Amino acid sequence: MHSDYHLKRQSEFSWRIDPFGKMRVPGIIYADEALISDMDDKVFEQLCNVATLPGIVQAAYAMPDAHWGYGFPIGGVAAFDADEGGVVSAGGVGFDISCGVRALRTGLTIDDIESRKTELANALYRQIPVGVGSTGRIHLNDKGMTAMLTGGARWAVEQGYGDPADLEHIEERGCMAGADPGEISARARKRQQDEMGTLGSGNHYLEVQRVAEIYDKKIAAAFGLEENDAVVFIHCGSRGLGHQIGTEFLKYMVLAASSHHIDLPDRELACAPINSELGQAYLGAMRAGINCALANRQIITHLTRQVFADVLPRADLTLLFDVSHNTCKVETHTVEGKKRKLFVHRKGATRAFGPGHPDIPETLRAVGQPVLIGGSMGTESHILAGSRQGEELSFNSACHGAGRAMSRRQATRQWKGRSVVDELGARGIVIRSPSMRGVAEEAPGAYKDVRAVVDAAEQAGLAHKVARVEPRVCVKG
Amino acid sequence: MQAHWEHFNHEADMGVRGVGETLAGAFEQAALAMTAIIVEPAQVRPEEQVDIHCECPDRELLLADWLNALVYEMACRNMLFSRFEVEIDDGHLHARAWGEPVNRQRHQPVVEVKGATYTALRVNQQEDGSWLAQCVVDV
Repeated sequence: MHSDYHLKRQSEFSWRIDPFGKMRVPGIIYADEALISDMDDKVFEQLCNVATLPGIVQAAYAMPDAHWGYGFPIGGVAAFDADEGGVVSAGGVGFDISCGVRALRTGLTIDDIESRKTELANALYRQIPVGVGSTGRIHLNDKGMTAMLTGGARWAVEQGYGDPADLEHIEERGCMAGADPGEISARARKRQQDEMGTLGSGNHYLEVQRVAEIYDKKIAAAFGLEENDAVVFIHCGSRGLGHQIGTEFLKYMVLAASSHHIDLPDRELACAPINSELGQAYLGAMRAGINCALANRQIITHLTRQVFADVLPRADLTLLFDVSHNTCKVETHTVEGKKRKLFVHRKGATRAFGPGHPDIPETLRAVGQPVLIGGSMGTESHILAGSRQGEELSFNSACHGAGRAMSRRQATRQWKGRSVVDELGARGIVIRSPSMRGVAEEAPGAYKDVRAVVDAAEQAGLAHKVARVEPRVCVKG
Repeated sequence: MQAHWEHFNHEADMGVRGVGETLAGAFEQAALAMTAIIVEPAQVRPEEQVDIHCECPDRELLLADWLNALVYEMACRNMLFSRFEVEIDDGHLHARAWGEPVNRQRHQPVVEVKGATYTALRVNQQEDGSWLAQCVVDV
């Protein structure tokens, strides 16, 4: 390992950077030896920067998929106490507020789907707006926008998108409390008005997958999963609205930092005290952004159901769970034996509540919250369950995906989109995308080995492996 | 020195860098670099004109403002831009951008830009007198 940072090995799967300079707490990284050797020093630099922020509690954490982000590392977790001058950071949440993954069971096995796969891929690609310049069929006026920003997936269900039973299986039961649509600018509203129910681009996707392997039969049964089942993964976020909120508040927070006596080690870590007007305004706006993402995934779920009803009428799509990656949420955690109310930032990290947590739907409470880890197109994704040790280790957080291993630029030099599609096609995976260069940038080889990431997360105790799924159809933004 | 743009590596996202004879020229080139993340700029016909104004006393934040204003116009108008004229005077930026509506068949746009970040954000005059303007954009 050639790192300028002194990484102390705490256990086989955790590493520690002791506080130095202005760091208030240590940095802790969960990874195996191979993953940590491959991590760019920028990850450690960013983690140490996070550790300098006011009111940070216990440690700044990096998950096994951590990579160089902006401000926080992607795969970064940090909790702040408002009563100790703690901050909320627009940079710590990022531009794609509440980007996340939801998984649906289909009631079908992969054998039911295999012969209709191409038709299914074509219909999904036709019905679900994807890629740059795509717009949804829903056009929200100001009143509708405010209702959506307040109600999230609950609003979407009231509008006829999906089933009330879905809500139970979404974080916050589909509606993030404390959203303040009054903090959403006219520009953010305008940017979102035609984007509801769109997948977006980049690493966002919709996949039909096969449950290829079950690691834990008992939990899989509780999740309603069996080997060879067909499932759907949807990965997208809060679209233009979230991006605009992030853009605007990042600037407000940078400009106000000195008046809040905050010395930013990196402007991208822009933050404001939780107990300040700006901090509260951002929390209200960010929560509205979370609702936008939840509503968006709910509408896409509805569109997916319509496609399945047309192509495979026997299908019955039920929601396994919906997780968000880029958020700041108020949670109660025990720190050194004391219960504390903390503002937990997860940037490219998944909340992973362990068995018994009251925020897990009753039907799943005994086994832990489903943790959905999206892999790269053409490899595999994973379903895990939150662990009991998770609270102590990482404020109940786990990894979120494979994480990129190389830049988009390097990827386009190495692969051509058409040949990626052909190679995956030869393995029976149908890809639909509006952009071949986009496919090349997202080539499976441009990502880390998701299995190594998930194994490290399990071995570190962050979450427990339940099932591995492999793509059969991928609609890519 | 010839005005030019380039991309620089970032693990998850993409860096845009513009170099020009003047500060405004570097901003124009940075905008071209951002367009090139989405589409080959030569593919975009400069047919429609959009006026953009922003202001910020900090030159570097002004670069992020400028790129973010373009991201906003691209998203709301569903357009791509390939020609830029920028004037900067005492923290005030006035610009004209020319482009056309997204044509998914012809442009095959690769990826949407979510926003310009403050990571690797730098605006300065170089030793040879030319100006450099760069930052990482989130895609």
